Amino acid sequence: MTRRNLRLADRGRLDRSQPIRFIFNGRTYYGYKGDTLASALIANGVALVGRSFKYHRPRGIMTAGSEEPNGLVQLGQGARTEPNIRATQIELYDGLVAASQNCWPSVGFDLGATNNLLSRFFPAGFYYKTFMWPASFWMKYEYFIRRAAGLGKAPGEPDPDRYDKTYAHCDVLVAGGGPAGIAAALAAARAGARVVLADEQAEFGGQLLHSRSEEIAGRPAVDWVAAAVAELSTMPEVTLLRRTTAFAYQDHNFVELVERVTDHLGPGADGPRQRYWRLRARQVVLAAGAIERPLVFADNDRPGIMLASAGRAYANRYGVAVGDKVLVFTGNDSAYRAALDLAEAGTAIAAIVDLRPDAGGPLVAEARGKGIEVLAAHAVTATRGSARLEGVTVMPLNAAGDGVTGGGRQIACDALLMSGGWNPAIHLFSHNRGKLRFDERVQSFVPGEPVRGCHTAGAMNGAFETADCLAQGFAAGRKAASEAGASGEAGSVPTVTRAEPAESPDRVLWIVPSDKPLGEGGKHFVDHQNDVTAADVALAHREGYRSVEHLKRYTTMGMGTDQGKTSNVNALAIMAALRDRQIPEVGHTTFRPPFAPVTIGAFSGHDKGDLFDPIRKTPMHGWHEKTGAPFEDVGQWKRAWYYPKPGEDMHAAVAREVKAVRAGVGIVDASTLGKIDIKGSDAARLLNMVYTNAWSKLEIGRCRYGLMCGEDGMVFDDGVTTRLGEQHFLMSTTTGNAARVLGWLEEWLQCEWPDWQVHCTSVTEQFATVGLNGPMARKLLAELTDDIPLDDAAFPFMSIREGHVAGIAARVMRISFTGELTFEINVAASYGLALWEALMAAGEKYGITPYGTEAMHVLRAEKGFIIVGQETDGTQTPQDLDMAWIVSKQKPDHLGKRSFLRTDTARPDRKHLVGLLTENPSEVIPEGGQVVAELKNQPPMTMLGHVTSSYYSPNVGRSIAMAVVKNGRNRMGDTVYVPLVDRVIRAKVTEPRFFDLEGARLNG
Amino acid sequence: MAISSRYSIISLARNALNYHRDWQVAWRSPEPKPDYDVIIVGGGGHGLATAYYLAKEHGITNVAVIEKGWLGGGNTGRNTTVVRSNYLWDESAHLYEHSLKLWEGLSQDLNFNTMFSQRGLMSLAHNTHELREINRRVNANRLNGIDSEVLTVEQVKAYCPILNCDPKSRYPVMGASLQRRGGIARHDAVAWGYARAADARGIDIIQNCEVTGFRIENGRVRGVETTRGFIGAKKVGCVVAGHASVVAGMAGFRLPIESHPLQALVSEPIKPVLHTVVMSSAVHVYLSQSDKGEIVMGAGIDAFNSYAQRGSPFVVEHLLNALLELFPTFSRLKLMREWGGIVDTCPDASPIIGRTPVEGIYFNCGWGTGGFKATPGSGWVMAYTIANDRPHRLNEPFALDRFVNGYLIDEHGAAGVAH
Repeated sequence: MTRRNLRLADRGRLDRSQPIRFIFNGRTYYGYKGDTLASALIANGVALVGRSFKYHRPRGIMTAGSEEPNGLVQLGQGARTEPNIRATQIELYDGLVAASQNCWPSVGFDLGATNNLLSRFFPAGFYYKTFMWPASFWMKYEYFIRRAAGLGKAPGEPDPDRYDKTYAHCDVLVAGGGPAGIAAALAAARAGARVVLADEQAEFGGQLLHSRSEEIAGRPAVDWVAAAVAELSTMPEVTLLRRTTAFAYQDHNFVELVERVTDHLGPGADGPRQRYWRLRARQVVLAAGAIERPLVFADNDRPGIMLASAGRAYANRYGVAVGDKVLVFTGNDSAYRAALDLAEAGTAIAAIVDLRPDAGGPLVAEARGKGIEVLAAHAVTATRGSARLEGVTVMPLNAAGDGVTGGGRQIACDALLMSGGWNPAIHLFSHNRGKLRFDERVQSFVPGEPVRGCHTAGAMNGAFETADCLAQGFAAGRKAASEAGASGEAGSVPTVTRAEPAESPDRVLWIVPSDKPLGEGGKHFVDHQNDVTAADVALAHREGYRSVEHLKRYTTMGMGTDQGKTSNVNALAIMAALRDRQIPEVGHTTFRPPFAPVTIGAFSGHDKGDLFDPIRKTPMHGWHEKTGAPFEDVGQWKRAWYYPKPGEDMHAAVAREVKAVRAGVGIVDASTLGKIDIKGSDAARLLNMVYTNAWSKLEIGRCRYGLMCGEDGMVFDDGVTTRLGEQHFLMSTTTGNAARVLGWLEEWLQCEWPDWQVHCTSVTEQFATVGLNGPMARKLLAELTDDIPLDDAAFPFMSIREGHVAGIAARVMRISFTGELTFEINVAASYGLALWEALMAAGEKYGITPYGTEAMHVLRAEKGFIIVGQETDGTQTPQDLDMAWIVSKQKPDHLGKRSFLRTDTARPDRKHLVGLLTENPSEVIPEGGQVVAELKNQPPMTMLGHVTSSYYSPNVGRSIAMAVVKNGRNRMGDTVYVPLVDRVIRAKVTEPRFFDLEGARLNG
Repeated sequence: MAISSRYSIISLARNALNYHRDWQVAWRSPEPKPDYDVIIVGGGGHGLATAYYLAKEHGITNVAVIEKGWLGGGNTGRNTTVVRSNYLWDESAHLYEHSLKLWEGLSQDLNFNTMFSQRGLMSLAHNTHELREINRRVNANRLNGIDSEVLTVEQVKAYCPILNCDPKSRYPVMGASLQRRGGIARHDAVAWGYARAADARGIDIIQNCEVTGFRIENGRVRGVETTRGFIGAKKVGCVVAGHASVVAGMAGFRLPIESHPLQALVSEPIKPVLHTVVMSSAVHVYLSQSDKGEIVMGAGIDAFNSYAQRGSPFVVEHLLNALLELFPTFSRLKLMREWGGIVDTCPDASPIIGRTPVEGIYFNCGWGTGGFKATPGSGWVMAYTIANDRPHRLNEPFALDRFVNGYLIDEHGAAGVAH
């Protein structure tokens, strides 16, 4: 390949003082600061950039912005590689490495291009009609289809870069920093509003950045932009966000933006790579501009064919000619500006092919005056060239514009600039449920009925002249500021002092005819990225996929990374014509966020690794850690699982811990249990409703165990609640359910009983809770307290006493989850570790043994105490759990009571909680084993229930298990089976209690 | 179905020679007849499947499917396309397994490639509780004759090498259940395939026709009022997902259903990296990679009730956090599109399929977040129920009166994951 240089000497907003080196497809090139990768590639004569999705056709750069469907590259290397990046948005930096994607072995010679040769067999939706025989082969077909699809490649390593996210508020958000947006920001900011102005490009100015002749307020347009931005940047209440895309407009003026903070500096730059903005604006001004429409003509996809506005931007902003000999193909005047600017810069214009028979406005005259050949009422009917456009065939159009009259003329050219008109960028407006209206003049959709708090201005309203953009933007900014409460003096509208020539009317031909029937020679691409042609739209119509949604889904039109920015309106218009309807009758598909694809890492920001979800630790966590205890995740909490001594495995450690508790004294960190402080004159009333048992008569200073049921009568939480005062209770909940229980109480209080006088406050983290369990507990505690009498009479089971333990103010409760004599000591969280250490020191002589959650589970199972969420799964009533005793018969009502009367809930043969004792006492049934009464050789087998808890119990001297089993209470003594993958375990049904059946140990 | 309109590699090649000019419409768009034996309200996957099986299994072809918008425009075309049958409770397992068996021959049955890809489906366990529940479910599946297995962390890592199995992560992977017959399918193709096959059996498919009321005489349905006039019917099956309560209201009874937004998202397409379906309830995301190359993701419902087909941005944010927790290599991929559907959820997270208080009106609704996978089975039992005016044994437990008698099939606690 010979090197070409298409750089224009005196054009562009580039810093030419220092060339920047970059590598594309392994080859080194140079560009300048201010280039995009796209402009630098064009300048170096690289037209072939990638391959299309389906047919692997050679493709080049088509646009100069975020709407780019073709020029997607794999950017960067190793852990920092990124697929599908639009070359038009990559700002050039030194050392940039990029490569073509979706091609093998190279973009120049791509084996996948056989798809193009066979494309006749691959029309839209072909895969729905084949690959069905033999039936078992789909997975093999799919393997190859998947490999052919996709675009770029995902990195193989975790992302080394940082991302940030932030919340912000403002009076007025202006999305889009072209003439309308800048004018809006000026008006709003001068009026005193707090303004955020965001634009996706590196510089504010929009189309003014490539305007050459216009003057605003007496100076060249780019100078006016610079002055306006300078004014805005001096205002303290204005935030200017460059390289920032407003990508989603949600309800209530909540706008999501992504700022590319350091992407343009290259890998490893200081600071976060990107920042995700979650912005709530009082008022929003949308000034998103417009996107030029490609023309749909035969083989309109060769490298070198691009939008006319892009050609102009490359020349005037980036100092690059898109070719040596450029043909312009248009149905409107705007493309003439590109031709004139290029001609002025010295680039040869092969011809201007104009669809209009009456092309004749001032711009046309100017072109003719410069000696450019204008072919009115002509069309490009074919194109040639592979890696780059080489020439086109031009034919005269018939009067109706639906055919050509023959007599093709060959014109050599290496670039083609096309313009089919402009589509206002209504995406964000539509996200916010703004209804669109079809505008006959611009032949596209524009914002319809205004949406509250949202103003639109400029080209997105179909106002394409700079003067209109400035006027609409200024008015919108002033109105938004005023509605946001800022009513200062905004000054006057910036005026255009030298305008570009006015444009004469467009001619829109949704399909440019050629001399062959549609689809029978040449491909009229509508969606360049997904390779959807006008013939595919016609096929969809023929087969009945006529709704715009069916069209989209059947052909994949608009489903690529560009989400149809350049293709949607063309496709809708073609379908409308086929259906013989008007475009607005056919409608449009739904515009959904994001406006342009957003890096997933930006949403995550710092919320990853340990910060993915808050880690909750008890005040004694460090002590457990030092002891070498592994931790178990329980909800967000880390709980010590067991405390292994040197050489011990989990089994040995747990066996030691459970024996020590029953023989001497064990200590457990129970701080994670949920604690809810409940106060108010209706506190007891609340408890009476949410628990199944009665609470009114509970004495102050006494504790009671309670079960909570849902409205369906199924148990969903349990715990001990203590009466601290006449109108004051302290509720405890399970660790994992604490937030849900508080939510449950609040839901009832706020929605159903709003007049009840009761307040619930989570105090889980305000207290550290330490359980002392075992026959030595009283003796040990007595050494550390002198103001709490510990004998049974003075401090009976299920009561609370306040005093001091180890000199720390404490609430001590006599409750038990092990069946042993237990004191549960609650102190302020900050004293938790001190209390723990004092107890450990004083307990040494009693052989005090810390135990973790695993030993706790074994100890409670020995006693047959349930764990909600383990013995229950939302389908157990208290009666099922053999806890009918806790359901009050006297109370007029409580949550779930009604459901106990339902026929199925009242059935006597539901699943009951039972015990299981294996025939082989040393065999432990795996938890989750299913219980059957009758073994069969193979499935299906009728299941009775499942094993909920199962342990080896050293205290009982054998394995023990709890299970829920259909009609279990009437199966006592029966043998059941637990079939596993590799064996079957036989067990006998028993009561679900295995140790200290009389409860003698509770009092020490 | 006429031979000429059958889809095959041969017909594709023959049509290619003719520039695809001769393909026929996949389904007709007839004017509604004055009356039908059966009207199906709702042209989503479940409704179209019901119509198809009415014709195929019961010989009832004087049937119309009426749809207020375009076919498959509700949750059929908005879901994450997960198909599995590894449900815990017997009732669910039998129904979904029946559905899975129909999936396995669906493309051939419909002569339309639904791209049902049995690439396996893995549910991760991140704590001891989830491990216990996974064992419980796998044991139950196996005893119900459904393929299911438990994977150790090492096996998980081998099965899905790009999954983060670092023991130091916030919620480390401790194991997983795997259903190898589970997978994904092409959602739109399911609606279109059923529509085309139903049409071929003479069923009228009528789009852009909204039901505005029922004509009910002496407790028996006589037909439906629509935006295109009254259409008579001996029986009416309503399969309208998120709008079930609204349509039931027109028939004069209430349903225990709440409608919530459920969002899903896709990344830009990339070359194949993820070859199975991964679900995690503790980290709260599920995902797969489409044949086109996009990573397709979903999570939980938005908590509030809504009929708007969009949800809250913070739900998306949490979902993407969860995605990167499990797949840190996806950080530099880009979110391409997000959308929302409206799911009809029952208090027990199981569907309602059967008769209603009005004679001749049948409802099929309440599929919540997991209806797509059930499409063939749901249509099959619904067709049986309408044809015989009584439920099949597979859907008998899913009757509306379970909310009176308490025979709930509570998949909330049991299934753990939403999909």
